[in-house]
Amino acid sequence: MKSRIVCAALAAALAGCASTGERDPRDPFEPLNRGIYSFNDKVDTVIAQPVARAYRAVVPGEIRDRVRNFFGNIGDFFIGVNNFLQGKFEDGVSDWARVAFNSTVGLFGIHDIATDMGYEKHNEDFGQTFGRWGAGPGPYLVLPIIGSSDVRDGIGTGIDLYVDPLGEVRPYHLQYALWALRFTQLRADLLDASRILEEAALDKYVFQRDAYLQRRRSLIYDGHPPREREPDEDKGAEDDKDKKPR
Amino acid sequence: MKTREPKMTRTRSLASVALLGLLLAVVPVRAQEVAPDQLVKTVTLEVIDLIAKDKEIQSGNRAKLIELIDAKVLPHFNFTAMTALALGQSWNKATPDQKKRLTEEFRTLLVRTYASALAAYSEQKFDFRPLRAKPDETDVTVQVRVLQSGAQPVPIDYSMEKTAAGWKVYDVMVAGVSLVANYRTEFNNVVRESGIEGLIKNLNAKNRVLVAPAAKK
Repeated sequence: MKSRIVCAALAAALAGCASTGERDPRDPFEPLNRGIYSFNDKVDTVIAQPVARAYRAVVPGEIRDRVRNFFGNIGDFFIGVNNFLQGKFEDGVSDWARVAFNSTVGLFGIHDIATDMGYEKHNEDFGQTFGRWGAGPGPYLVLPIIGSSDVRDGIGTGIDLYVDPLGEVRPYHLQYALWALRFTQLRADLLDASRILEEAALDKYVFQRDAYLQRRRSLIYDGHPPREREPDEDKGAEDDKDKKPR
Repeated sequence: MKTREPKMTRTRSLASVALLGLLLAVVPVRAQEVAPDQLVKTVTLEVIDLIAKDKEIQSGNRAKLIELIDAKVLPHFNFTAMTALALGQSWNKATPDQKKRLTEEFRTLLVRTYASALAAYSEQKFDFRPLRAKPDETDVTVQVRVLQSGAQPVPIDYSMEKTAAGWKVYDVMVAGVSLVANYRTEFNNVVRESGIEGLIKNLNAKNRVLVAPAAKK
């Protein structure tokens, strides 16, 4: 009985999809995603952006660098773990060396001295590790508050958050304050980018989705993704002809 | 050193300098043979330097910034190629006149975007990577990285093609996101719904909205 209702709901949703014409095959849940997107956008406009703007206006850049470094250092440990999981041992060792140096000489991570020593910061997470292991992205998803994601990265983000060292911080009110500071810093760093997005895009949702999917693909291959056959709804053949050989 | 040089050699070297000068004047192609990575570096540093020196641009004079980009950066971009790539298949369906107008509108949009990006990031440090390409290659990727404390550097890759008029950029990848590819879905969505004319109108409207806040500043 229940499954029949689910079926009916699914069929209705699919029918809804079909009626709006050709849908991007990477984004089968577009109507739902757009709904969450506009919710996120409102939260962002009403809360996150004003807080981030105030933060940037009040806190000098020098201090903001320290804050960014501090949270970056906390992230480096699991960036290392993910590099090990992907078999990139040299990078993993480098990440852990960063943690060792920055946590001590760098005073709890507020100074990124490891970069000056030649240990470059990396960008890894569990979603990328799954991608490296061969998992495809699955349908594109917009998660509440978190924003752009897909099935693979959504699971990855869940693990990222679950293992995050900040979760160990007690008392709880300190932990919440640290999360708030971390997201404020993150949002402040993205203020310019989001304004540029707003200026550049005809349809912000589509522009951001495509940028996200491209970006994740690039990250999984550490900036050197193999050439892609366009999963293009326009039967990409002629499309490919236009593309410059790489 | 110079005084000890034999007279003969000096005159000869003077002659060769004069000859070289003549060659440079006669064959302006020389200037276009600047290596692509060198070109990106020179232009970027020059523009950033000009922004740093210009009080008006720093206090938010967008028109002047766009003027600067028009003069210094645009000559090195191939906008027709960029527009064609962004449209993909639809490009072939456009008439020559539509192609021209599309390129014009897309160019305006990209310049605005580029101006905002430059204004936002001009104070960051840049790391210009040396080109990894064979000398006879005509299609290369020039890599620049924007450094930021406590974060992974943001890579900016310029796809460049050698043309008769020197090296031209036909795509920019920021953090692994190709600008041209990112417009493709958007453009094709609009073309599907309202045709090429619809896209031109859409871009034009977008560009006009962007002028408004800039004028206010």
